Amino acid sequence: MNHTEKIQHSLKKRHAREKRFRLYGLLSVSISILFLLSLLGDIGFKGMPAFWQTKVKLDIHLDPERLGLGPNPDQDDLFQANYQRLIADTLTRMFPDAKTRQQRRALKNLVSKSAAYELRDAVIANPQLLGQTRPFWFLAKDDVDVYMKGRIDRNLPESQRRIKDYQLAWIDTLKSQGRLKQGFNTTFFTNSDSREPEQAGIRGAFTGSMLTMLVTLSLAFPIGVLAALYLEEFAPQNNRWVDLIEININNLAAVPSIVFGLLGLAVFIGFFGVPRSAPLAGGLVLTLMTLPTIIITSRAAIKAVPNSIREAALALGASKTQVAFGHVLPLSLPGILTGTIIGMAQALGETAPLLLIGMVAFVADVPHSIFDPSTALPVQIYLWADSPERAFVERTSAAIIVLLLFLMAMNALAVFMRKKFENKW
Amino acid sequence: MTLDKTALVVDNNNNSTEVNLTGSASDTADMLDMTIGETVGKALLEDAKLNVRHANVFYGDKQAIHDISLDIGKNEVLAMIGPSGCGKSTFLRCLNRMNDTIPICRVEGSFLLDGEDIYDRRQDPVLLRSRVGMVFQKPNPFPKSIYDNVAYGVRLHGLAKNRAELDEIVEKSLRRAGLFNEVKDDLHKPGTGLSGGQQQRLCIARTIAIDPEVILMDEPTSALDPIATALIEELITELSEKYTIAIVTHSMQQAARVSNRTAYFHMGKLVEVNDTDSVFTTPQHPLTENYITGRFG
Repeated sequence: MNHTEKIQHSLKKRHAREKRFRLYGLLSVSISILFLLSLLGDIGFKGMPAFWQTKVKLDIHLDPERLGLGPNPDQDDLFQANYQRLIADTLTRMFPDAKTRQQRRALKNLVSKSAAYELRDAVIANPQLLGQTRPFWFLAKDDVDVYMKGRIDRNLPESQRRIKDYQLAWIDTLKSQGRLKQGFNTTFFTNSDSREPEQAGIRGAFTGSMLTMLVTLSLAFPIGVLAALYLEEFAPQNNRWVDLIEININNLAAVPSIVFGLLGLAVFIGFFGVPRSAPLAGGLVLTLMTLPTIIITSRAAIKAVPNSIREAALALGASKTQVAFGHVLPLSLPGILTGTIIGMAQALGETAPLLLIGMVAFVADVPHSIFDPSTALPVQIYLWADSPERAFVERTSAAIIVLLLFLMAMNALAVFMRKKFENKW
Repeated sequence: MTLDKTALVVDNNNNSTEVNLTGSASDTADMLDMTIGETVGKALLEDAKLNVRHANVFYGDKQAIHDISLDIGKNEVLAMIGPSGCGKSTFLRCLNRMNDTIPICRVEGSFLLDGEDIYDRRQDPVLLRSRVGMVFQKPNPFPKSIYDNVAYGVRLHGLAKNRAELDEIVEKSLRRAGLFNEVKDDLHKPGTGLSGGQQQRLCIARTIAIDPEVILMDEPTSALDPIATALIEELITELSEKYTIAIVTHSMQQAARVSNRTAYFHMGKLVEVNDTDSVFTTPQHPLTENYITGRFG
């Protein structure tokens, strides 16, 4: 065998190996795409219906007598009147076949409890409505909504489904009268958490997450970037203390996030008295968690700036600080931003430490500042995932969709900013 | 440097011992070391711009420069030649304290610029580097526009009172670097988009924009093609009318073309320094002769 033959012989093997390796790569990429698609598909399939909500039209006779109002009711009277009774009256009139206590309760539960509040708000806004009969669209109770979305099989035996036969009959009647419609679920975006699934929304959790992120970003970004800049550009090299700090930063990045939650509980809430459940506490804890990520990625970005640029500036008489802020920082900013967004995305999806500092509480209000009690999107998902109601299952997935969209928007922003800074020169 | 492969014949009528090249590379190095001895030629000048006496430079435990004394005269072009790793770049970087950026580097000896100690504790490296500019081996323009590259140092030191004056300095510097006509319409395009030779001239323009007294050049043409090299060499000759220039080069032809004096470094020592003509025509030290005749290096 001469030289060429030998090479040709080995060449066959090499090509085979290359082909095999490419196949493995393709296989793993396809598997990961498959997993991703099935995940997204499942979430989408479960969550999309939550963006629609069934409404029921009822013709309410706003009888001042039944409301227990005198001839000239003031605001307080209007506010405290029993609107629930009007809705019950209307339903009883429409479906007189509801005889037993159980059936009457079921009848009332065709519409959400929020119907009474809507009615009240309408009357307070326009007291002239009293005495008239008006059609109102109310949120349907979650069971009706779930049934309307086809998630309850009416062919099952009655004992195995949440909706009884008589309820089915009422729903069919309402449907045939055109009193049921499905519309975009604005409640999901305007309301905060609620015990009633049809009234539950993500606004509180979303605002809480935003406020928490705001705290985290405004602390973690400057601290992380300056720490990285100091460690890379100014800190003495081969110094024992600097090495120790470096090792500890790397260790911190690997600490389970729940430990940061415990630390936050002890230090921020226990010692410094930061209000419990507040985005401030959450932001501080997530800052601790995000800092190592930002520092490590920023240092890598700073390291990647060619030394020739530093030398060029130094040789022109720039001071170390001028080199760091005038050249190194702008040149490494795209990398730093990417790292920051990765860190922020991590923080946005973080649940465990927030549970420990009380952001898991049931909060039905939208937080107005970083000191108000609040929850966060991932925690809201966790809370809803724990609820047995079918309507919460779809809301869980819908909240996940919102969270994912939020993350995608953040990543898009990162890409946009990176491109923008790169094009500058 | 391929010492172990190169037959080295040392002239016996000189004061050095004969070198026998049968041993290993390190043996050879030891023997060469012994033969270097005192610097020959004309190392010291009267009324020099830079005076260096007994310079020793260490990288950690390793000594890179051994007891070098050398003067660089006003408006002279001093070429430093020698095989790779002989310490010429290290020596050059001592002259504007660029070695400060290397933590393990330690510099001893006296370095005087116009009689002022460069390494004095009160000496501010920022001020020093504005007086002693530097051009590097690889063109390293900032990733900014051509204009901003040249204006950077001027802005940094606040040398221009207003925009018009800045414009004037930028134009003048680019003209003196022989680049203005090529880039006058593209002043706001990135400096990194220029060709290698243009980038290096941009770096020279950037250096002379702050009007230093000394310009250090560390193999400024080693990354350039012959045409670009010729342009830079012409430029060096022109610049020497105004500035003192120390240039490290691997090309002996370049040293012969541009310099007034040439210093030959070997193994961290200054072997010979003299007027360029005499170094290349009548080298006094056998090592110098071997190097310039291409027997090793």
